[in-house]
Amino acid sequence: MTELGRPNLEVFADTVLELASQDRDVLVVTSDSRGSGKLTHYGETLPDQIVELGIAEQNVVGISAGLASAGKKVFAASPACFITARGFEQIKNDVAYSDQPVRIVGISAGVSYGALGTTHHSLHDFAALRAVNNITIIAPADNFETRETIRAIHNTDHPVYVRLGKAAIPQVHGAGSTFTIGKAALIREGRDLSFIACGETVPVALAAAELLAGQGIECRVLSMHTIRPLDEQAVRQAARDTGAIITVEEHSIFGGLGEACAAVLMQAGPVVPFKIVGFPDEHMVNGSQKELFNHYGISPDGLAATACQLLGNAHQAAHTDTKQPLAWISAAAEMTASA
Amino acid sequence: MQSKGHSAEVLYTVLADRGFFPKEELDTLGKFRSHFIGHPTRSVPGVEQNTGALGHGLAVAVGMALAAKLDGRSYRVYTLLGDGELDEGSNWEASLAAAHYKLDNLTVIVDRNGLQITGPTENVNPLEPLADKFRAFGYAVRELDGNDTQALMDAFSSTPFEAGKPNLVLAHTVKGKGVSFIENVVKWHHRVPTDEEYASARYELNQARAQLN
Repeated sequence: MTELGRPNLEVFADTVLELASQDRDVLVVTSDSRGSGKLTHYGETLPDQIVELGIAEQNVVGISAGLASAGKKVFAASPACFITARGFEQIKNDVAYSDQPVRIVGISAGVSYGALGTTHHSLHDFAALRAVNNITIIAPADNFETRETIRAIHNTDHPVYVRLGKAAIPQVHGAGSTFTIGKAALIREGRDLSFIACGETVPVALAAAELLAGQGIECRVLSMHTIRPLDEQAVRQAARDTGAIITVEEHSIFGGLGEACAAVLMQAGPVVPFKIVGFPDEHMVNGSQKELFNHYGISPDGLAATACQLLGNAHQAAHTDTKQPLAWISAAAEMTASA
Repeated sequence: MQSKGHSAEVLYTVLADRGFFPKEELDTLGKFRSHFIGHPTRSVPGVEQNTGALGHGLAVAVGMALAAKLDGRSYRVYTLLGDGELDEGSNWEASLAAAHYKLDNLTVIVDRNGLQITGPTENVNPLEPLADKFRAFGYAVRELDGNDTQALMDAFSSTPFEAGKPNLVLAHTVKGKGVSFIENVVKWHHRVPTDEEYASARYELNQARAQLN
């Protein structure tokens, strides 16, 4: 059973306050976003270590690059939807290309803003930043991963993007857990299928695994908090050990965690039943984060159903054709026949 | 910091002359694996920030100057902007912050040559009244002849022009100054001279240098 924790954003704010209280070079830069970033208390406590720039996200990134080049340890905290889109060219050039160690903190990422609509959703940020050289991308799952992430990047020499949600989050890590950037965290062990999830979808994947265990299906759950550099070894190991993979992310199904894992597996050799769960290429329905998760199958029931379908198909394929031809070969044969 | 990164060749030449690296390295400009790329990068000694995409330098310079203010350090920050790049809205965002944080340790030099790649700035996307715009954004503005090095030195040695305000040097320049067939001709914004044009330009510049000596 998992205990409900606090919003990861609040844990970020507390952790950065701890660090900044003991290190005068730590600086938070905001875009009229201290309220949404849970940074009001930080700003009141350390007024000399917060820089407000108003509603100007490209300016936030550019000025943060300048502050970093002068030795400041900058956490640039702005809604993920804006800073990774409006400020994208500044992230690409002023931060990543120029190798200025700015810590970009994407506030209320994914569909955290729910019914505020597509303008306020960031379902593109993994894809956009994965295509930019020289920036680490981290989406912590729970309070533990958030705290460890912020501590780990306190003294980074290179750019980092951290993506945080604002919902109160079930704690997926128990006592004694460890955290390393670039190393997947094993949340639950299993032999039949692996869920590789990130951010606020990890607790959902864990709940799905608990449901499936009731049906005798044992699932591995990995928190792939670091989207880049990806823990490729953990992805290959999951394929080898469990034979089927479902990736789960609060992101477009294009260009995110799922495609990153697919690329690893396709190039590694063995092909296993594989499904990317995320947000499809369609006009978004309106709803809260939870409603949107449910609608798109990012729910314990939805993921359990996807798992059964994936394993059922694989089971069927194994029994109807002992050679187990790849799905695309069958599809190509059908297309040729009908042409 | 040079925000108008497309003038990298001038920056590289000055840095070589100032001893940041051997002058022979300039011959690798634009060559395979050379650090001397068409726009400046930190891999060239003396360059502190990669530039080239327009409208980026001012915000970064504001960050550098703000860090000095926060830490009580005495260094000053200079950035060179083209006038064409003032079309980019990011400059005006950065200007708001420069005034708000009273960055009188920041000097922004605008190379007001009046030309951008398509033609005169006032035909492409008019900037005037430019000095008034900068004043309205909170700068202390000094206008001068940007081809007059003494005027520039005088300006740089008298900052801050006004305590608590960022400094703006609006440098009226002639693009291609000193080479008769290049001066104020739009196509020379980005053009490689033929051997003959190169020889003519060298001749004119050498004549001018002889007069200086």
